[in-house]
Amino acid sequence: MNAYYETRAGHRGGPSGAVTSEWLAQAEAALVNPPSSLPRSSPSNGSPLFSVIEEFNLWRSKPELAEAVAAIKALTAVIQRSEATTMMGLEKELHNASEALKAWDETSISLSAGCDLFMRYVTRTSALEYEDIRAGKARLIERGERFGEISLKARKTIAMLGQEFVRDGSTILTHGFSRVVLSILKLAAANKKHFSVICTEGRPDSTGVEMAKEMVAIGVPVTLIIDSAVAYTMQSVDMLLMGADGVVESGGIINMIGTYQAAMVARSMNKPVYVAAESYKFARMYPLDQKDMSPSPRHVDFHVSLPAPVQVECSARDYTPPQFLTLLFTDLGVLTPSAVSDELIQLYV
Amino acid sequence: MPGLDVRIELAAGDEGEGAMDSRRGPRFVIDPKVRQVGFVTPGSESENPNPNSSAVPMPVNAGANSSPNANADSPSPVFITPRLPDPPARTTPLPVPSPPPRKQPSVEIPLQGSYNPADSVLGNSPALSPASNGRYTGVPSSEGPDLSPSASRMSSGIEILSLREDHADSPSASRFSTGGEFSLFKQQQQQHQQAPPPVTRVYASSLPPQPPAQILPPTVDKEEPSKPLKERTTKAERRAKQEADREAKRAARESGGKVVEGEVGPSGGSGKSSKAQVQKKDPSSEKRSPAVEKAPEKEKKKEVPAPRMQFDDEHRVAKAKKRSLIEQTETKNRVELFRHLPQFVHGTQLPSLEAKFFHDDVMHPHPAVYQVGLQYLTGDISGGNARCVAMLLAFKKLIQDYSTPKEKTLVRDLTARVNSNVSFLTTCRPLSISMGNAIKFLKTRIANLQISLSESDAKSRLIFEIDRFIQYKIDFADKEITKHAVTKIKDGDVLLTYASSCVVEMIILCAFELGRKFRVVIVDSRPKLEGKGLLRRLLGRGISCTYTHINAVSYIMQEVTKVFLGASSILSNGTVYSRVGSAAVAMVANAFHVPVMVCCETYKFHERVQLDSICFNELGDPDALVKVPGKKDPSELEGWSQNSHLQLLNLTYDATPADYVSMIITELGMVPPTSVPVILREYRKEPIV
Repeated sequence: MNAYYETRAGHRGGPSGAVTSEWLAQAEAALVNPPSSLPRSSPSNGSPLFSVIEEFNLWRSKPELAEAVAAIKALTAVIQRSEATTMMGLEKELHNASEALKAWDETSISLSAGCDLFMRYVTRTSALEYEDIRAGKARLIERGERFGEISLKARKTIAMLGQEFVRDGSTILTHGFSRVVLSILKLAAANKKHFSVICTEGRPDSTGVEMAKEMVAIGVPVTLIIDSAVAYTMQSVDMLLMGADGVVESGGIINMIGTYQAAMVARSMNKPVYVAAESYKFARMYPLDQKDMSPSPRHVDFHVSLPAPVQVECSARDYTPPQFLTLLFTDLGVLTPSAVSDELIQLYV
Repeated sequence: MPGLDVRIELAAGDEGEGAMDSRRGPRFVIDPKVRQVGFVTPGSESENPNPNSSAVPMPVNAGANSSPNANADSPSPVFITPRLPDPPARTTPLPVPSPPPRKQPSVEIPLQGSYNPADSVLGNSPALSPASNGRYTGVPSSEGPDLSPSASRMSSGIEILSLREDHADSPSASRFSTGGEFSLFKQQQQQHQQAPPPVTRVYASSLPPQPPAQILPPTVDKEEPSKPLKERTTKAERRAKQEADREAKRAARESGGKVVEGEVGPSGGSGKSSKAQVQKKDPSSEKRSPAVEKAPEKEKKKEVPAPRMQFDDEHRVAKAKKRSLIEQTETKNRVELFRHLPQFVHGTQLPSLEAKFFHDDVMHPHPAVYQVGLQYLTGDISGGNARCVAMLLAFKKLIQDYSTPKEKTLVRDLTARVNSNVSFLTTCRPLSISMGNAIKFLKTRIANLQISLSESDAKSRLIFEIDRFIQYKIDFADKEITKHAVTKIKDGDVLLTYASSCVVEMIILCAFELGRKFRVVIVDSRPKLEGKGLLRRLLGRGISCTYTHINAVSYIMQEVTKVFLGASSILSNGTVYSRVGSAAVAMVANAFHVPVMVCCETYKFHERVQLDSICFNELGDPDALVKVPGKKDPSELEGWSQNSHLQLLNLTYDATPADYVSMIITELGMVPPTSVPVILREYRKEPIV
């Protein structure tokens, strides 16, 4: 059970969208024991560290902002506030900040992928060769802002691409809550397509209920099922549409627990499985199986008191291998799973 | 909650609909729409009122894309169209993912057209492939030809044409929506260009005969003397035509990859400007010396791969024998399916080779190469990396001792020298793919030497390059692979490896040094029993091992958690080409859901595609199958070669299909087998290292 999920859940469903004292307490708690990987040589290390996580949380408190975008915004702010006098110094500061962000929540894939991508995007310019720190800084900031904008646009792009796949009269099964999926369905509904949605409950934090509420809000007929009814309902489903926490190098996805089994059932019944994910969620990871990931445990409430010897499996996410996915809707276009690695290789290597 | 219950019941009651859905199911699975994303066909999209219809505009576009290359000798095409006076609004290109037109007014389309590939998050990647640039060009403008991106320009060109067809005999515009028809049209077009075509007139003359000439715009019509299509041409005319063709070809070649934009879709869309373009190009091409004219032909020749020696071709075998340095006799009773592969009686070559060691001849192999060749022959050096390094070191010595003969240039003579040495090595043992890649590397380096370099400079440069190749592509690569692979070894793992691969050995040793607690299963097979060496070395370090033969692989696989394999080569379809038996191990592992990781340096990757292990392989000594080590009494197969009903097959390699491989570990990271072509594409653009 970590701070990250608590805060995330708070943002999503909770009544408060603003920064609470809990927030700051968590941010401070994260600061009290900073990860050992951080070099402490630089004297000005303390303040930017604090500000980056605070900044990140500030951005994240905006409901429409994804974590990765919040991270990008926070890192841009780091550049803005930096007092470094050389470009090398600035780059180092940025690096430290991004490491701090990543260490703050090691389980979040999109956060670390967003940080990595930002570092790639910002520092891969000739800006670092600028003699003048001001000019270089301005350029980095501009790039950072631009990157943030692009990331913000990504969801709209995906919605445009994805809504084409929603057909009149179709039934769509979703699992968990995803803002990208929601934007696709919203756009499809706005285009006067008639379709119905089946939401899984999405235990343990009932994200599917959130999704169902949103569907009601846009006037789409929605059915809520428990997670174990996926196979039961699959025969009346036309397609499976899900978001992703992270897209890995194999082309598979890491997503809320239950995704794997839903995809498996869909595959066995020859229903297409579509995944909507922004390209900043592409991560250089390659899990071989379910155990080959850093665990991210969640508290699971069974509503009854369990005798002590009973062990509870409380992993919050699983890995869905590429052979169970049909297509990925990304802001780079509609990709087959194998094209993900293509993009990643071009980007990182 | 009660409300929810009701809905659930409803869902359960929907069985009838469900059944209907399942009937339609398959149509959804293979969704043709996917293709729309890569290449934009804005116009055709809007032409197609029903967005769900399966008439996908893609094929048209594909045809349009390929056509300029396909008939590069007729630069005229279709696309040079005089602009229609009044292009209907329907040609307005929309971004691909647009809602159906009927709903347009009421719907706010977010971001229409503002998306631009450069805008994407990854857009600034320097290595973005050109194909991805055309992905998504949706600038809504009223005039088709004014569209800037070439793809949409082309498609709108087609559209205008098809609209004109509408005028003529009013078939639906979707006439051109299938690739087949388009190509048919293309053929006709080529046919009709037999008439001497000044470029401007091409459009008119290239129209299919069915639509009568009246439909042509008057301006074009005036220029065109209406003549029968299959008119006989005079000699002069034919020559003129030939000249024109040649010129066009040259122009097309000069514009290179830009043919599509430059020639096919002139920005004005009018015939005149295109003529000007062609004319402009002429003088520049004229200036070039005849040498340039010859060059392309040379290139053409190069493109055809040299036919591999087929050893069932008796004529060529006899020829090769004459040239060969080694006297060798072919084995009897060769397996029918593998007759095209060389197979000689083992050991017969050695005496003659040894006798010739001190032979002095210009084209005689260098002593170092000779030594390496003998070592290959006896099997003293085996394993992809070892063979490759030994060969490169021998070539290094060759270069060190080399001095250019009088009246010869270093580049040519050294290449010839290397070639003769390589062919010597080939007769000792067929080259592995990795060696082939290394030789290719060395030869390009020799060819790229500047002529101005002095001999000693050139030599030291080459030696430096060879050292660098060994260092970067083999040594560092292995270390990098080890680093990546070790992250996948966890406490409690049981690793299985087959035969002996030096990279896998490094990985196991490295993981052991890092203190991981694991066990190793070494699977081995006759006749080489290479796993024994690995077993001995691992046991020497105190790693707990299990040794078994491949017969027991399905039994032992139950307890295995990961399989590590080495590879001789990986082909561009992801096929792993490795020691014979690897495929069986990988298949069994796959059946048991055990991940199979193949460790391979990228210099061993090859562009070729291979589906089986028959057409390219290496035959080992069949006698090795007969001899069983440690068996005292003579084998049942004693004197097997006398029995014409018996053939022994000792294959060296086999091909593992990509389906059985979970991951390929290279020095560039861990990639799925589907990414091999990506790596080849991204890293072979510039020469290796």
